[in-house]
Amino acid sequence: MENADQINKSEVIKPPVTQVGVIGWIRTNLFKGWFNSLLTIIMIYFLWMIVPPLIRWAFIDSLWVSTGAECQQSDGACWSIIPANIRFIIFGFYPYDQQWRPLVAMALLIGLLFYSRNRDHWKKPLAYAWFLGLFLMGLLMKGGLFGLIPVETTQWGGLPLTLLLSVFGLTAAYPLGIVLALGRRSKMPAVKTLSVMYIELIRGVPLISLLFMSSVVFPLFLPQGVTINNIIRAQVAIILFTAAYIAEVVRGGLQAIPRGQYEAADSIGLSYYLTMRLVILPQALKIVIPPSVQQLISAFKDTSLVVIIALFDVLRTTQTVLSDPKWMGFSAEAYIFVALIYFLCCFFMSNYSRRLERELETGL
Amino acid sequence: MGTKTSEKADNSLANDAIIEIIEMHKWFGDFHVLQGIDLTVRKQERIVICGPSGSGKSTLIRCINRLEEHQRGRIIVDGIELTDNIKNIEKVRTEVGMVFQHFNLFPHLTIVENLALGPIWVRKVPKAEAEETAMFYLEKVHIAEQARKYPGQLSGGQQQRVAIARSLCMNPKIMLFDEPTSALDPEMIKEVLDVMIELAQEGMTMIVVSHEMGFARSVAHQVLFMDFGKIVEGNTPQEFFENPQHERTKLFLSQILH
Amino acid sequence: MMKETAAAAPSPASGKVAFWYDPRKRSILYQLGVLAMVGLLGYYLVSNTIANLERQAIATGFGFLEKEAAFEIGESLISYSAADKYARALLVGVLNTLLVSFIGIILTVILGTFIGIARLSTNWLVSRLAAVYIEVFQDIPVLLQLFFLYAFFYEMLPSPRQALSPFTGVFLTNRGLVFAVPEFHPAHIYMGVAFLAGCVSVFFLRRWARKRQAKTGMAFPVFRVSVGILVLLPLLAWMAGGSPTTMSVPVLKVFNFQGGFNVSPEFTALLLGLVLYTAAFVAEVVRAGIQSVSKGQREAAMSIGLKQGQVLNLIILPQSLRVIIPPLTSQMLNLTKNSSLAVAIGYPDFVSVAGTAINQTGQAIEGVAMIMLVYLFFSLSTSAFMNWYNKKMALVER
Repeated sequence: MENADQINKSEVIKPPVTQVGVIGWIRTNLFKGWFNSLLTIIMIYFLWMIVPPLIRWAFIDSLWVSTGAECQQSDGACWSIIPANIRFIIFGFYPYDQQWRPLVAMALLIGLLFYSRNRDHWKKPLAYAWFLGLFLMGLLMKGGLFGLIPVETTQWGGLPLTLLLSVFGLTAAYPLGIVLALGRRSKMPAVKTLSVMYIELIRGVPLISLLFMSSVVFPLFLPQGVTINNIIRAQVAIILFTAAYIAEVVRGGLQAIPRGQYEAADSIGLSYYLTMRLVILPQALKIVIPPSVQQLISAFKDTSLVVIIALFDVLRTTQTVLSDPKWMGFSAEAYIFVALIYFLCCFFMSNYSRRLERELETGL
Repeated sequence: MGTKTSEKADNSLANDAIIEIIEMHKWFGDFHVLQGIDLTVRKQERIVICGPSGSGKSTLIRCINRLEEHQRGRIIVDGIELTDNIKNIEKVRTEVGMVFQHFNLFPHLTIVENLALGPIWVRKVPKAEAEETAMFYLEKVHIAEQARKYPGQLSGGQQQRVAIARSLCMNPKIMLFDEPTSALDPEMIKEVLDVMIELAQEGMTMIVVSHEMGFARSVAHQVLFMDFGKIVEGNTPQEFFENPQHERTKLFLSQILH
Repeated sequence: MMKETAAAAPSPASGKVAFWYDPRKRSILYQLGVLAMVGLLGYYLVSNTIANLERQAIATGFGFLEKEAAFEIGESLISYSAADKYARALLVGVLNTLLVSFIGIILTVILGTFIGIARLSTNWLVSRLAAVYIEVFQDIPVLLQLFFLYAFFYEMLPSPRQALSPFTGVFLTNRGLVFAVPEFHPAHIYMGVAFLAGCVSVFFLRRWARKRQAKTGMAFPVFRVSVGILVLLPLLAWMAGGSPTTMSVPVLKVFNFQGGFNVSPEFTALLLGLVLYTAAFVAEVVRAGIQSVSKGQREAAMSIGLKQGQVLNLIILPQSLRVIIPPLTSQMLNLTKNSSLAVAIGYPDFVSVAGTAINQTGQAIEGVAMIMLVYLFFSLSTSAFMNWYNKKMALVER
């Protein structure tokens, strides 16, 4: 048994070389034990088999600006299909010389989204900015005022259409979702039953059935002579669909609010409406922001389904390009491009939602 | 806190070492968490380790049952040296019991099942016998009536006592305690310390990381003070509390004994 | 000084409360109002619909189910021809949906679990690759993945004349995947029976082993012996049946392969797309489940002396399964719902067949209603299962 009386002041012993630095990292993370070492070797083998040919196809042998005919001759990736058709892929059938308008609308949307990322900006003016922004976007797309040539909604397509369907869809679905969530938690049996029925029905069926419904059944619901165009029908279906999922997300937030909050509001004498508006919802909505961003990501991905009811979102414009005999056979390149667009958008949104979750968890 | 059992003239202390730590170093990456630890623990000896957080005291005892690996030096427990040899590690772990700050009872098993798990699966004991042993130790820690309940239904103090009983069911030669009362509400600390004192009185070898100085005074043979990865000072409780040698020890004692 | 607030709010003790201030009566009034609104809306929609249907001379009711379908279906589990009734066509669709969902679920669980565990591996390379997989496949719409795979089959794979053959007897062409299968022989029936017998005996073996361990403490290598039984018994049956080895090998005949077992490009693309997409989500569910078990549990188990395998089986797995199963069943349901996208790549699932029926008969309402009912059935049964499971497995707490 020892008494360590003398404390070594000067000696700084370094850990063994095999434990730290690059070698140490490699040893612990790649080769710890025979099983891990085997895995590492197998993985490296696979990568070796796949990556070089892929790089050769995608970058070395590839053509970036050429004609379709030249592409057919070459073995490499035909990325030229993108620059040659990009305006159609992104904007669809929107009149060629007016395409600056959807471009500006998208820039406006992205600008607003970026600005909203910073939580310090979450104040009332931001909400107004969003309302104004959405209005301006609609105006830019539709035209008819301020000397802008009107462009029918049947000509809207491509990326602006995808963005419109998802952003507008989520924005409009949110109030409906909140109402449904409150309805589900209501003590009034009629209201509760209606809400539950709606939510379970919509969540239980695939989006495609709702899109079908919007496409063939909605026209039957309208009196004779009244028609609504394809895009609005799809938008309504997306709104109804998303609202049910938002309702469940918001319900989760409402459940997380301690009963004490409801009781405190009651004891001040606030009515149901005021309690919800001033006390409960502000807290609940803050809690559910991360899952709401997840919902936006889902809505964004789900808009791709409008392909099936022949709306020209960015997926369908791509397919149209592929059916052009000049560019046939390059599905891989075209789809990879669209996939990249989706991936980048969803990845950033995902990252943001994760970061937000961490921030909200640590410092409420 | 009961009779002092830590007289230096206590002749019941066996003289052979059961734990030997020789020039042990441990790094977490570049951080030198344990610097040249030399420690010998004899059979039936009871040691209390204290020190500021980050001093490495938990890491030290976790190295003894290989929950943490050391990079340099030697650790020998009951004649078995701790290396990468998994068989030896498992043997050591059956001889060394550990009680955690957050109890770590298995929530999906009843109390009895928690205790019988080790004997059944490690010592290959028939179920009836394992449950008998379990009930025996549950009585020992005064909690036999909760046998069929689940951990979620027990208070913190009760859970910790069950955790102690669970370790005892493996008949360990050494018991390690990692801040056993730090996560308990004040009114439950005593029930756990009482069990630990009874254990001490029966002659168990114990290493306890704790700030419960009353416990140290009444039961420990040695109190060690650790700081920045080194054992700064160690002495009998009386000497330790009345004549601390180093400045850092004095500073620490003044902070926790108010 | 406490004054009575607004005179119109008398205290309950008085008993005589104005009708519209009694909360109970108010709630009834409110509900009646809501019901009335919904009723009115419903009435409006229904009357319009009836008028429109009449005007467009569209039939109503489910009588069309008895009519001849008059369209072909590309692949079917049961026999079907264009002369069969609509009802049968829809049945074919349901069976196709169930087929792709069932196989898809099994493959997804296997792949997803594997990737989820890989994500937690201490091997940096393995864990990073798993993370990349999860991120990429989660962020690309499943429909896009289906299109890509479908195009892969039709554009990138060669015609049967120049079929790709990764292994002998397996051929990948733009007509699908075709591989050799054993030629049917009565011995196969014996093997099936033997396998079932094996399952039953494994069940009893486990019970016996558990009893023996409880009594004597000796553990029995149940897992290894079970695997042995499940492999050996069918093997013995095969030998007893004469060890038939004839295979139906696909042979190229003029334009396409004959023989062997053919899986269409549509089915393969759909299955592959669904599995790869859903597995990414399942991987996250599995990862979250395993991580939900606190580190202390593992440490406590190790410090009692349990071996790695025992720690996993006795402590980690039971606790993580509780957390994994509910979201896992959600993902299974998502896969089933996503299988409806088959209509976009030409696989005749239920939505696809119903869509054709709608087109031909014009009876959109009945068609869409049927689609929704079928999927609603799937999701409600899954919800019921999940609720039952959650109740059964809830950890007992104060």
